[in-house]
Amino acid sequence: MSNLETSIATTGHEAPATKGGSVAGYIDDRLASSNFTKRLLDKVFPDHWSFMLGEIALYSFIILLLSGTYLTLWFNPSMTEVIYNGSYTPLKGIKMSEAYSSTLHISFDVRGGLLMRQIHHWAALFFVAAVSVHLLRVFFTGAFRKPREINWVIGTLLLVLAILEGFAGYSLPDDLLSGTGLRIAEGIVQAIPLLGTYVAMFLFGGEFPGTDFIPRLYSIHILLIPGILLGLVTVHLIMVFYQKHTQFPGPGRTESNVVGFRLFPIYMAKAGGFFFVVFGITTLIAALVTINPVWLYGPYTPSQVTAGSQPDWYIGWLDGAVRLTPNWETNILGHTISWNLLIPALVIPGIMFTALGLYPWIEAWATGDKREHHLLDRPRNVPTRTGLGVMSLVFYMILVISGGNDIIAVAFNLSINQITWTLRILLFVLPPLSFVLTKRACLGLQRRDNDKLLHGYETGQILRLPSGEFLEIHEPITDAEKAVILAKQDFAPLALESGEDANGVRNPKAAKSAARARLSAWFYSDTIPVPTDEELQHAAEHAAHELHEAQAQAKQIEGSSH
Amino acid sequence: MALSRRHPAALFAVLAVALGTTGAAYAAISTGTAPKTGAASQTQVEEGKSLFLEGCSSCHGLAAQGSSDGPSLIGVGAAAVDFQVGTGRMPLAAPAIQAMPKTPVYNEEQIAALASYVASLGPGPAIPTSEMVDTSGADLALGGELFRTNCAQCHSVSAKGGALSQGRAAPSLMNAQGKEIYEAMVTGPQSMPIFSDKIMTLQNKKDIIRYLQELQKNQSPGGFSLGRLGPVTEGLFLFIAGLGALIVAAIWIGAKAK
Repeated sequence: MSNLETSIATTGHEAPATKGGSVAGYIDDRLASSNFTKRLLDKVFPDHWSFMLGEIALYSFIILLLSGTYLTLWFNPSMTEVIYNGSYTPLKGIKMSEAYSSTLHISFDVRGGLLMRQIHHWAALFFVAAVSVHLLRVFFTGAFRKPREINWVIGTLLLVLAILEGFAGYSLPDDLLSGTGLRIAEGIVQAIPLLGTYVAMFLFGGEFPGTDFIPRLYSIHILLIPGILLGLVTVHLIMVFYQKHTQFPGPGRTESNVVGFRLFPIYMAKAGGFFFVVFGITTLIAALVTINPVWLYGPYTPSQVTAGSQPDWYIGWLDGAVRLTPNWETNILGHTISWNLLIPALVIPGIMFTALGLYPWIEAWATGDKREHHLLDRPRNVPTRTGLGVMSLVFYMILVISGGNDIIAVAFNLSINQITWTLRILLFVLPPLSFVLTKRACLGLQRRDNDKLLHGYETGQILRLPSGEFLEIHEPITDAEKAVILAKQDFAPLALESGEDANGVRNPKAAKSAARARLSAWFYSDTIPVPTDEELQHAAEHAAHELHEAQAQAKQIEGSSH
Repeated sequence: MALSRRHPAALFAVLAVALGTTGAAYAAISTGTAPKTGAASQTQVEEGKSLFLEGCSSCHGLAAQGSSDGPSLIGVGAAAVDFQVGTGRMPLAAPAIQAMPKTPVYNEEQIAALASYVASLGPGPAIPTSEMVDTSGADLALGGELFRTNCAQCHSVSAKGGALSQGRAAPSLMNAQGKEIYEAMVTGPQSMPIFSDKIMTLQNKKDIIRYLQELQKNQSPGGFSLGRLGPVTEGLFLFIAGLGALIVAAIWIGAKAK
């Protein structure tokens, strides 16, 4: 099967030869849809496994919509108190909300209910995980650069909404764990200076927990956020479609083409098949592995709490940040400012998501790069970005680990206080360290790439010359490999604008320009330039010469030995 | 100087007394007539005392009055001894922030002797009879409610245990016997508060034990339980097994094209 370049669909009507054709013709005469459909089906997409991470997110979302619809048929989002009389005996006769009681009903008395609940919950974890991993792929390959900045922002919004949606779902069953999570969420809302208590009262319709919140959350969970998600996902996909998918550098791949396969039939089969793979694996896991055994937690009562209360993984970093923050509080004129919640749960996430959303513009400002990019960066070729990414990831990971500090303490027989202090220190030490190490690793890989270009790859064959000299034979790398390495673009840091113009008039932009030039210089520091054509030429000649000489010597030996 | 010198026969007198008591004690033990249950006999108390002096007094003091290394045992009751020694927590293998359960050092008889000795020092909770921890008439659901209200904050709702401050931990209750659970409630070992009969009636204790016995069956209607540790292990499983499998599938689908 040969790769195809994007082709523009041609329109041409021919007399339909078959019955199916005449039906298609009938429809096309009225909807004029064949032109669009043909363009759609002929659309070429590039091939790489990491381009399917976003697909996992999309498919998990579809699974969530399907399984969620099933759950709505039995779930009753009411805080009305009932006495449980279902088939789970350890809770028989216990007072609980209808929300929790109906969750138990789904789990134990509805055919396929528990499987469906577990599919829904596992798919939710998959959804946020896939969105996150997809985000990492887009970040590290620079796919967010012009013209795709808007789609990056939409992606960031999707992540935020996915997290909120997940948390809303986690809170609905009204079991002890979800109630504890809501209690913490209420505390975070209350930590907003001045407005906090009012906002919390407004959200919960009075004091926590009240009877209003679960029904409100239900509307948000099954209607509002999924609706927005669905809309944004559609826009996200349409933009990928119109802007065309980015591709990794390789032979024949340029900024102005897309090398890959047509949507129909190759990608239809691949993507369709992958949907069933994702659905299958999710169902298999849901059928075999328990998630959120709500019956163990019991109904939520504010007087109860359990050791090992944890949120689902995507909230773990927020929980971890709260666990790491010392108990700082300030009392001003009778108002308590809870820094211990304000900083980790509102300020840090605010900064992180803002920086994430604005990153394409921050980088463009530092690089001064205003060109369109359809070829992806290899992470090693942009060491500063890759370093920043790994740094953020390490920061995030430490927060996630902190969220499970008590489980770690029990599992490994450690002191929770020591773990917390260690993680506090690591939170400030490891990210900068990982930035430096990543950058060095990237630069090392670039040097190796240049080395491969200039000297070829090491064959592992050692040649001993009659003079006693040892020589390792290097073979030139393939053209495909060369194309990948040579796709790297060299940039120079932005030049500093002069503080004064030719007439000695002060330039008002100079200060800003100086800051920008410094940032740019930092972004491009330690650049390793791609070898020039001359250098490549020279290296090729040298290699040929060396090989020729070695062969000549070898011939000589052969001649003399016979 | 000369005035303070002992009578030459003193040494022989001490030896004779020491040998006599040891012999008598040995005779008492070897006849093995000490009752296994019921009221502590004087011989059992004495046997317990000697075991105590041998194995416990270095920390708890010669008269069990306590020292800088260990608390006073006066008034802790037989239940405390039965729990601490019976689960292997005492004697400590090494000074630590918390005594960890291990294979008991003493056998049942010796533990009973130690318990009756400590019980003789002052009134305290007794070892429960099998009737006191019989859960046949207990209320399972109420036990669950009581467990979640009083115990889950440290031991977790799944009774898998949880972390406390400075390296202390509430242990897992998944292997705890009814008697141990009862003894822990009435004696409050280590960081645990005491749940006396005034705070929690005997019937309520039975309810809790009944609920724990249900949890110990480890039934998991949803499939593999992932250790019942909550979202942490679920998240780990998701990333390692779940996302791992999907990425392998993606690589497979991506690789087929070449």
